Amino acid sequence: TMSSTADDNDDNGEDRAVLVQFVSETGEEAGPPLQALLGSTVADLKATLDAQLIVQSGDYDDQVIYKFFVDEAEVATSLAGAVDCGRVNERLLRIVYQPQALFRVRPVTRCTSSLPGHSEAVLSAAFSPDSRNLASGSGDAAVRFWDLSTETPLHECRGHKHWVLCIAWSPDGRRLASACKRGQICLWCPDTGKQIGRPLARHTQWVTSLAWRPLHLDSECRLLASASKDCTVILWDTIVGQVSRVISGHEQAVTQVRWGGTDLLYTGSRDRTVRVWRADDGALCRTLQQHAHWVNTLALSTDYAMRLGANEPGKPAPEIGAPRTELCERARRVYEAARRDQPERLVSGSDDFTLTLWTPETDKRPVARLTGHLQLVNDVRFSPDGRLLASASFDKSVRLWDGRTGKFLATLLGHVGRVYQVAWSADSRLLVSSSADSTLKLWDIGAAGGKNRLKPVNDLPGHADEVYAVDWSPDGQKVASGGKDRELKLWRN
Amino acid sequence: MKKTLRAHDQRDTRQRADDQEVPEGAKPVYLLDREDQTRAKVLSNMLKQKRKEKAGKWDVPIPKVRATSEAEAFRALRSGKSKRKAWKRMVTKVTFVPDGFTRKPPKYERFIRPTGLRFKVAHVTHPELKATFQLPLLGVKKNPTSSLYTSLGIITKGTVIEVNVSDLGLVTQSGKVVWGKYAQVTNCPENDGCINAVLLV
Repeated sequence: TMSSTADDNDDNGEDRAVLVQFVSETGEEAGPPLQALLGSTVADLKATLDAQLIVQSGDYDDQVIYKFFVDEAEVATSLAGAVDCGRVNERLLRIVYQPQALFRVRPVTRCTSSLPGHSEAVLSAAFSPDSRNLASGSGDAAVRFWDLSTETPLHECRGHKHWVLCIAWSPDGRRLASACKRGQICLWCPDTGKQIGRPLARHTQWVTSLAWRPLHLDSECRLLASASKDCTVILWDTIVGQVSRVISGHEQAVTQVRWGGTDLLYTGSRDRTVRVWRADDGALCRTLQQHAHWVNTLALSTDYAMRLGANEPGKPAPEIGAPRTELCERARRVYEAARRDQPERLVSGSDDFTLTLWTPETDKRPVARLTGHLQLVNDVRFSPDGRLLASASFDKSVRLWDGRTGKFLATLLGHVGRVYQVAWSADSRLLVSSSADSTLKLWDIGAAGGKNRLKPVNDLPGHADEVYAVDWSPDGQKVASGGKDRELKLWRN
Repeated sequence: MKKTLRAHDQRDTRQRADDQEVPEGAKPVYLLDREDQTRAKVLSNMLKQKRKEKAGKWDVPIPKVRATSEAEAFRALRSGKSKRKAWKRMVTKVTFVPDGFTRKPPKYERFIRPTGLRFKVAHVTHPELKATFQLPLLGVKKNPTSSLYTSLGIITKGTVIEVNVSDLGLVTQSGKVVWGKYAQVTNCPENDGCINAVLLV
C-alpha cells in the first residue's frame, strides 16, 4: 500500500537514528552514547555535544566552534555525508570533536606597501609577539625597525659587520636579538632603535639560529640560546651580557635550536642527529637519530604559544607597564592551553627529503616518519593549535600533515620555484608560503574539506626576485615578506 | 693538544676578521653552504613585449639573414597522368606543423611538407645562463624571407619561433607563469637535423 512504501522511503533516508558517542581529541568521552539523526548538521551535533558537556562539567562555552570527524572523515554538511549510510545501523559511531579558534583571520589579498630601505637582500623578517613592531635583518649588516601604523621606516640599527642572518624577538617584545655571519649577537630596543649593551661575541662562525627562553619559565627574558656553524650552542645571559653556558657535543654545524616549554633545549644539526639538552645544567638527555642527511629545521607543537608569550590569541595585548609576574602567569596559561596535557611534539625536516615526528620529552624513538617530498625540506611549521603541520620543500610544493599522528593530509601545489618558508595565520585556517619564484601564495586549509591536492586561494605577486622571509603577525592583520629585491612588502586584507 | 690547536685557530680568526667590508650576494641561513642552482631570473615585463609585437620591431641576435629563394626552398613535383603538370611543390626545408594538423585533400594540395622534415622540439639556449634546454615548439612566428614561408611553417636560419618554456619556471611581475617565449633559430636545420635557437629575453 501507499503508506507502507512511504515508511520504507523514510527508513532509507536521513531520518534514521544512529548511535553516536562524542570523543575528544585525547580520547576522553564526553558522555554516554546517545541517538542522533543521520541527517544532523554540524549545528545539531554541536547542540547535542553542548548538552552532554553541561551534564558532565556543569558548563559549556556557547561561543566555541567545533569540527567533527567520524573515522578521520570530516563532517562537512551533515552526518550522512561523512558516513557510509548503508552500514551504519549496527555500529556505535565515535565522533571526534575539535574546538576551533573563535576568531577568524581574514585572508590577505593586497600589498599595502613596499618598504625600501635596505641596500642588500632582506634575509629575515619578524613581527613582535604583540604585533606592535616589525623588524628585519638584511645583507647590508643593518637591522631595521618599521612603523606599522604608517608603514614607514622607523629606525635603522647599525652594529653588525656582516650579513644579519637571524633575528628573534624576546617573548615580552621589549628586545630584539640579531645575529650575523661573523658570529656576533646584538640586542636592540625597538622603541629607541639603540643597541642594548655590547655585542655578544664568542662564536667563531656564523650563527644559524636564535631561541629565547620562554616567558613562563623566565619572566625577565634573561637567557638566549644561539646555535652556530662552529658546532656549539651558547646560552647567553642577556642582562649581564655574558656567556652563561656553552653546550658542545654536536660533530657538525648546529642548524636549529628550539627552547621547549619544560626547559629542555632541542638542537638539530648537520651531523644528522637531533639532541635534547637540559637547559639548567647543559647535560645531554637524549640523542634522536633517524635522519640520513643534514637536519635543516625543527618545529615544536607549542612554538606559536611560546612565541606569543603573554599575548593571548584573540584577546587584547597586556599593557606595556604590566608587572612581570602577571606576564609570567598569562604566558603560563597560553602555554598550558596550547599543550593540552600532551607531551610536546617535535618535528625535524632534513635534506634526506623526509620529516620525523618525535615526542622528545618521553621517547627516543620517533613517532612517525613523514615521507613524500621529492626534494629537501627547508622549513617546517606547526599550526598555532598544533593540529596540523606544514612543510616547505625545494620540490616546489608544501605538504600538510596531521600534527599528532604524522599522517599525510594534502599537497599544496602552485609554486613554480623552490618554496623557502611558510607562515600560519593565528587561527590555523590560512597558510602563506614564500618561494624562489618571487611570489607568495595563500592557502585556505579550513575550507579544504578533505581534498588532498589544494590550489592557492590567492596569489601574492609583486616581488621582483626570490622571497627569503615571510611572517604573519600574531593578531592576524598583516603579512610581511622580504627577499632578494631588497624591499619589505606588507600585505593586508 | 687538540684543544690548544683549536684555541690557536680561534685567535687568528678573530684578529683577521675586523677589517673586511660587507661582501655582496647575501644569502639567508638555509642557503649558506649550498650550491646555487642555475635559474632564470624574472623577465622583462609583458607590456614591453606587447609593444614590440605591435611595432613589428625586434631586437634579435641575428638581424640580417640571407633570404632563401623559392628555388632553394621548394622542389617542383610532377603530377598528372602523363606527369606533365608541375604545379605541386615539395618543401625541402624543415617545417613545423601544429598539433591537429590535417592535410588538404592530396589532389588539391599545392605545398607538400614531408613528415621526415617536420620537427616538434628545438634546442633553445638561454643567452644569460648559457644553458640549453630541449623545448617543444608552439609555432613559427616569422620567417624573414616572406610571409608565405611563415604561413607554411618553414624554419630556416634566422626564423623567429615560439617555444613552450613552462619547464623553466619563469614568472612575470604580476605573478603569472610564463609558458611561451620567442626564440631565433641560429643554425640551418635542414643540414644539421636539429633546430638550435637562442631565447629572446
